Amino acid sequence: MAIAKKSVIWLLFAAGGTLTAFVFPALIVLFLLVATGNVPEGLQFEQFHAFAASWLGKACLFIVLFLSLWHAAHRLRVVAHDFGIRKDALVASAVYTVAAIGSVLTAFYLIGIA
Amino acid sequence: MSRRPYNRPMSKTTWYMRNSRYKVYVLRELTSFLVAFYSFLTIAALAALASDSAEVWNGFLASQQSTGMVIFHGLALLYFLFYQTFPWFKLAPKAMPIQLGEKKLPDIFIIFGHYVAWVVASAIIFWLAGVI
Repeated sequence: MAIAKKSVIWLLFAAGGTLTAFVFPALIVLFLLVATGNVPEGLQFEQFHAFAASWLGKACLFIVLFLSLWHAAHRLRVVAHDFGIRKDALVASAVYTVAAIGSVLTAFYLIGIA
Repeated sequence: MSRRPYNRPMSKTTWYMRNSRYKVYVLRELTSFLVAFYSFLTIAALAALASDSAEVWNGFLASQQSTGMVIFHGLALLYFLFYQTFPWFKLAPKAMPIQLGEKKLPDIFIIFGHYVAWVVASAIIFWLAGVI
């Protein structure tokens, strides 16, 4: 059972790491453009709302956020250990709870966009 | 009875400072803060979008516009590229070696393939966002 659980966590970490490596630079550039006031056309309300309302858009946004959250959670658990926090059970439940809340919020907001 | 083993004194909080490989490892692990930050920032954007109001959405966009955020995103982009994206691609042939008969596909092809896929993926995202 312990091995089965670990493999799921590892799979989410690896898949999330790959996805963030590919997607996050572009995501950060989009936030950078927004911050400079040059909001791209696709991020204007009408267009982005239409994208998030489509099933393909919902699926893309959910998969990216879900895997990123679980990747970050697992890595932050390791970071806590690396910085001398040795209460792993507590840290693990904290980071995975936050990842679960993020996943539920993502699903909740995406379902609400129609 | 065995003797008490020797335990090399080691700091639990600053152990990675003694070796540059450890420092790079910790710098890579710290990218997880950026992943968490941008994930929740995107969730905040979805919350604004879910209001179904262009005003709320434009309010969110306006709240993101500041010189501080421009600098933050710029530094975050560089940090993320050099400590997550590029190291992840470099690691790929070790994580997923491709066997061709008796031989292994040379690492450089796998790494190059990842860079090509990254450019394509970024282009698709920029195209969807209307940047290009």
